[in-house]
Amino acid sequence: MTSGETRSLAELGAGRRARIVEIVASGSEATARRLGELGFTPGTMVEVVRRAPLRDPVVYRLKDYEICLRRAQAACIRTAEVV
Amino acid sequence: MAASCHDADSVGTVLVGTPRVALVGSPNAGKTSVFNGLTGLHAKTGNYPGVTVSRFVGTCRVGEQKYLLEDLPGTYSLQPISPDEQITVDVLDGTLDGVPRPEALLVVVDATTLRRSLVLVAQALAKALPTCVIVTFTDELARRQGRLDLDRLEQALGVPVLRVVAHRGEGLPQLRERISHWATWSVPPIAPPTEPVELEAWAESILAFADYQVGEQNRVTQRIDAVLLHPLWGTLVFFTVMMLFFQTVFTVAAPLQGYVGTFFGWLASLVHQHIGIPWLSGLLGDAIIGGVGGVIVFVPQIMLLFLLIALLEGVGYMSRAAFLMDRVMARAGLEGRAFVALLSSVACAIPGIMATRTLPSAKDRIATMMAAPLMTCSARLPVYVLLIGILVNPSDRIGPFGTQGVIMFGLYLLGAVSAMLVAWAFKKIGDRHGLLMPFYMEMPPYRIPSLRSVLLAMWDSARSFLRKCSTIIVTTTVVLWLLLNLPLQPTSHLAAAGVDTRNDTAVSAYTVEHSFAADLGRAVSPVFNPLGFDWRINVGVLSAQAARETFVATLGQVASAQNREHPADALRAMTYTDGPRLGQKIFAPGTIAALLVFFVFALQCMATVGVMRRETGTWKWPAIAFSYMFVLAWVMAFLARAITLGLGG
Repeated sequence: MTSGETRSLAELGAGRRARIVEIVASGSEATARRLGELGFTPGTMVEVVRRAPLRDPVVYRLKDYEICLRRAQAACIRTAEVV
Repeated sequence: MAASCHDADSVGTVLVGTPRVALVGSPNAGKTSVFNGLTGLHAKTGNYPGVTVSRFVGTCRVGEQKYLLEDLPGTYSLQPISPDEQITVDVLDGTLDGVPRPEALLVVVDATTLRRSLVLVAQALAKALPTCVIVTFTDELARRQGRLDLDRLEQALGVPVLRVVAHRGEGLPQLRERISHWATWSVPPIAPPTEPVELEAWAESILAFADYQVGEQNRVTQRIDAVLLHPLWGTLVFFTVMMLFFQTVFTVAAPLQGYVGTFFGWLASLVHQHIGIPWLSGLLGDAIIGGVGGVIVFVPQIMLLFLLIALLEGVGYMSRAAFLMDRVMARAGLEGRAFVALLSSVACAIPGIMATRTLPSAKDRIATMMAAPLMTCSARLPVYVLLIGILVNPSDRIGPFGTQGVIMFGLYLLGAVSAMLVAWAFKKIGDRHGLLMPFYMEMPPYRIPSLRSVLLAMWDSARSFLRKCSTIIVTTTVVLWLLLNLPLQPTSHLAAAGVDTRNDTAVSAYTVEHSFAADLGRAVSPVFNPLGFDWRINVGVLSAQAARETFVATLGQVASAQNREHPADALRAMTYTDGPRLGQKIFAPGTIAALLVFFVFALQCMATVGVMRRETGTWKWPAIAFSYMFVLAWVMAFLARAITLGLGG
């Protein structure tokens, strides 16, 4: 169902869907925890909805709602793309 | 009482026997609508003691019993990652000085985002307070053909669950009834799990038990976003919306402000006609009525700006605007939401500073507040128009553009660029230790806000402006009037000095010239001399402290212009009366450039100072803003003069 390779959410283009594999804290436990509380938890499906005209931030759809993150935060989220 | 030295004391009054109920919920969950629905116009805004976090407390009456409702700042989590979020948790834990712990908790969740929101519900239940869960937007859930069995949700959560569609008033009577039985709300016997994986399993099991289906996606929102967030169309719409925003402020508010001005002018003239004693009629008519008028004149603009902001916010466009502008604001270390505050400041810094409340981080709020007064507000316009009019002819052109317009545009640009740089600098200083807050922003579905909620938001802002700032504006106006008109000049004295006592213009010019303000203007001469200002300009600058546009009329008075509101000709003729520049024209290009730039940077607006004090809860930040802006204004004005003189002006 998923390919073996994981990519960060920041690398996915608009329209792509992926399953979250893990949240990499990268120095900020607080950020990782907050992303989890916002619904970015392992196993959750995320869809990349659209990029801002200036490329950043990006709107994601997960858990029935839409939220935008900057590249720095999206980079903490490892995903496996769903084909 | 611990909070007595803060504004919060008005909202921190503990009424004996009044149960306190706190509202918790994430942003966009409809928490504020529920709060407004319960408290109506009986809410007070203030600050939590010693911090820049706004506090909203209101009373709700059920029968004879009163309840104090506290609308806690919207949050996605009760595990704080910033000092601001810590406040919410401290209030719930009763560990914040001067703010007693609430007796019960209302948790507001949006039915369409329940899957995410249960995390917050779980954290709220862990607080072990009597809790009631309010589910909002059930109408939207039904429209999307979603399902939610509230009875089963209640069973699964173990606390009462109630449906409220606040903008239609549905469920509010039942909620009031429930609040009156707060003591019977259950405290869940076993707190939900805190470990993330277990918590998610708990949430999923509850949703399954409550037969939760969110239904189809919000197609309308998706279609609108496809246009409004489109790289080309979205950008075009964005600039159109911004243009309409200002067009409305200038075409609707400006005439209204004119009427307010005319009305108070008429009142003052009545006073002058009917009170024969000149100093008394001056004090009543010019100082007091003028001061009150100076407050009221802000109201149309503030109400209108807040109406527009509340509308754009209520519809959901503000998050889109913030999304589009985030990258630009990131340059200054801020985030998209700060754009709204800076944008409002182009009309007036007061609503701009008040709009910083939507920023989740205190450092961002401070940085934005420090920058907001640099945006060119409408009170600077009359000053710019006057000075630019003296500086260049209306017919002068730079390429295809009129020179006057180019200079005006340059001043706006200078203000905006400086604001961004200042925000960046304050953010740098603020962030020098401590972690960066992650940026995230929900994109709520487009919704049609209720008229009531929009009007309430507007009213609330206008009222808090009037309550907190009227004193400072009236006081400043009265003090300035006294400075400009004292000591009194008896008629005999005037006659002895050779002043034509029947000529009001001559009398008022003589009075000002020998006033305390003139003494002050002369006393500060050493400071302003390098900028080319003589004591009369100093008096004008001093008088602008009440409101920048006062500068025009005061200069008109000092220069004994026939028409005080249009003193350009009198000013052109003004020359230095002493010193090495004796006899030279004062309003030469160098001085005008310095004055213009001085007005770009100086914080000559006591109302702004007052609002900063109110929003930050301390005098520290307005003092910092005033000082840095004064220094900046002086240095930049000096440079502007030097450059202009260097260019042969």
